[in-house]
Amino acid sequence: MSRKRLFWPALAFALVLLAAGCDEAPKEAASSGESGGAQGGLNIAVVTHGQASDPFWSVVKNGVDAAAKDTGNTVNYQAPQTFDMVEMSRLIDAAVAGKPDGLVISIPDAKALSGSIKKAVDAGIPVISMNSGSDTYKELGVLTHIGQTEFEAGLGGGERMAAAGVKNAVCVNQEVGNAALDLRCEGFTESMTKAGGKVKVLAVNLADPTDAQQRISAGLGDADGVFTLGPTGATPALAALKADNKLGQVKLATFDLSPEVLQSIADGEVLFAIDQQQYLQGYMPIVFLTQYKKYGVVPTGVVQTGPAFVEKANAAQVIDLSKEGIR
Amino acid sequence: MAVTEAPPGPQADERVRRAGLLRRLLARPELGAVAGAILVWVFFALVAGNRGFLTLDGTASYLAVASELGILAVAVSLLMIAGEFDLSIGSIIGASGMVIAMLNIEYGWPLWAAIVMAIAFSLVAGFLNGLVVVWTRLPSFIVTLASLFIFRGLTIGITRLVTGRTQLGGIDTDAPVVSWLFGGEIGRFSVSIVWWLALAALATWVLLRTRVGNWIFGAGGAPDASRNLGVPVNRLKIGLFMTTAFSACLVAILQVVNFGGADVLRGTGQEFQAIIAVVIGGTLLTGGYGSAIGAVFGALIFGMVRQGIVITGVNADWFQVFLGAMLIVAVLVNNYIRKKAAEAKR
Repeated sequence: MSRKRLFWPALAFALVLLAAGCDEAPKEAASSGESGGAQGGLNIAVVTHGQASDPFWSVVKNGVDAAAKDTGNTVNYQAPQTFDMVEMSRLIDAAVAGKPDGLVISIPDAKALSGSIKKAVDAGIPVISMNSGSDTYKELGVLTHIGQTEFEAGLGGGERMAAAGVKNAVCVNQEVGNAALDLRCEGFTESMTKAGGKVKVLAVNLADPTDAQQRISAGLGDADGVFTLGPTGATPALAALKADNKLGQVKLATFDLSPEVLQSIADGEVLFAIDQQQYLQGYMPIVFLTQYKKYGVVPTGVVQTGPAFVEKANAAQVIDLSKEGIR
Repeated sequence: MAVTEAPPGPQADERVRRAGLLRRLLARPELGAVAGAILVWVFFALVAGNRGFLTLDGTASYLAVASELGILAVAVSLLMIAGEFDLSIGSIIGASGMVIAMLNIEYGWPLWAAIVMAIAFSLVAGFLNGLVVVWTRLPSFIVTLASLFIFRGLTIGITRLVTGRTQLGGIDTDAPVVSWLFGGEIGRFSVSIVWWLALAALATWVLLRTRVGNWIFGAGGAPDASRNLGVPVNRLKIGLFMTTAFSACLVAILQVVNFGGADVLRGTGQEFQAIIAVVIGGTLLTGGYGSAIGAVFGALIFGMVRQGIVITGVNADWFQVFLGAMLIVAVLVNNYIRKKAAEAKR
């Protein structure tokens, strides 16, 4: 009687587990089939902090998948549902328990993740970090870091702005106090100053776009350039320039891509956008780990995936790639 | 009700002795969860055994997940047996963690003092939950749904107001007693497992061996009759809300000490995970029937599935599908078993 009672729940459990497992099966079969010719055969785990709903991280995941296919490795990508370091460290723990041949992680909070990362390093698993963690990866025993460092990216943006003839710029910061954004403005200021220009930092609140537009409008003064730190800042800045009829005289540039920003670049309203090419942040670690396992070679130091610049000349191409989830 | 719960001790009642082993097992609310836990373990041992599920690291990883949820589930099981819900515990995890982090980082309090303050905060929060439920006689589902949002909103608002951020990191967790109590590891196993098992043992003892335990079953099964018999139902319920809030605070402490920081969004959704673990563990949503041991196994199943999926290599996105399916299966099994148990009693 007891056996009979357990049969149905047992069957139900098995069916549910199988049903979910099915999705992964064809993918693995595909990549192992590919590995017939390629080197491959490695089992690599990727754990990032990117939420499933964020288009930025879909591009990263596409890079990971493409690299898995090209190298013939089996890659297992995991990310917490929300930005949650506790859950992310649990995912790393589970990945490490699976004894992968290599581990790729992002390090948005070194203190919270250090325990789990050290466990992986102690277990002899080669670890590469990407996207965030450029200043902490070394002390954790991570081999190399692949990403865009904020200060250098701001520096590159300033050089471009100065080259376009901007002398007096405003750096629009939507989150004063966010270290990453402050660094972008600092880098921008340094290279602009070096070129003989000057920069004023303008703090805005993006929760209210109308207010942000007004503040940018009022803060412009006699500036001939505006540098925003993301598409969410670029939109009100563009609206402000349009409203004040300054579109031609004041040059606008921004960090990061969005469909709106790309269209504005194609239309000539935005000078350029800084792209950190996160596709490579997914693609490169898999390639590096493959080479490391094969020959023990790996780049040293931070591998920069940005700043790359999207301008009018290449905007159309980037728009197409963006639709494919590559930019 | 509670009467049938008494396990056969050395001087077991002859009525209990007459029933066969099978019937006695059938009468246990946690049977479904124990069987489920064995099934899930066997499943992952077969599917992911060669990928590390059976290793020490793999075991430590799912026990760490199960233990934190288990601490919540054990407390929630007591409350649910008494016929009430607490949806605010996830928010209390976030709030308590922030209390510790802010006092320690912004105001320079020593870690132990910040922890004591967080415990005091959680007890007050639980007291308020209970008081509003008892006073207004509104369903606790509604009252604590409101406090879920209130506590979460206050945590985000106050943290941003004081610090300008939503995450606080860099807490020095090397304080002697604190790190031993909450941050240590036994071998590779997290110390939270000890807390989990100790609390489960305590809750089981209270439920089955004390007067308060009988009150809990009575308050959930037949509140009016219990009141008429002189059970202090109101005080009991307020106490149980304080217990669940305290368990949330304990989880927050463990997370802060182990991860060196707090985040205003910590604990989001944990209230539902705890309820799921308790229901899988055989406790009835209507109250009056259930066990803390069942909640332990419910949390264990949860942890094994959660980490097992990742170890197997299936994307963790699928975890929520399993969870929902498991909940339905567990409730169906429990209903079936309860029907059989009712027949066996006759």
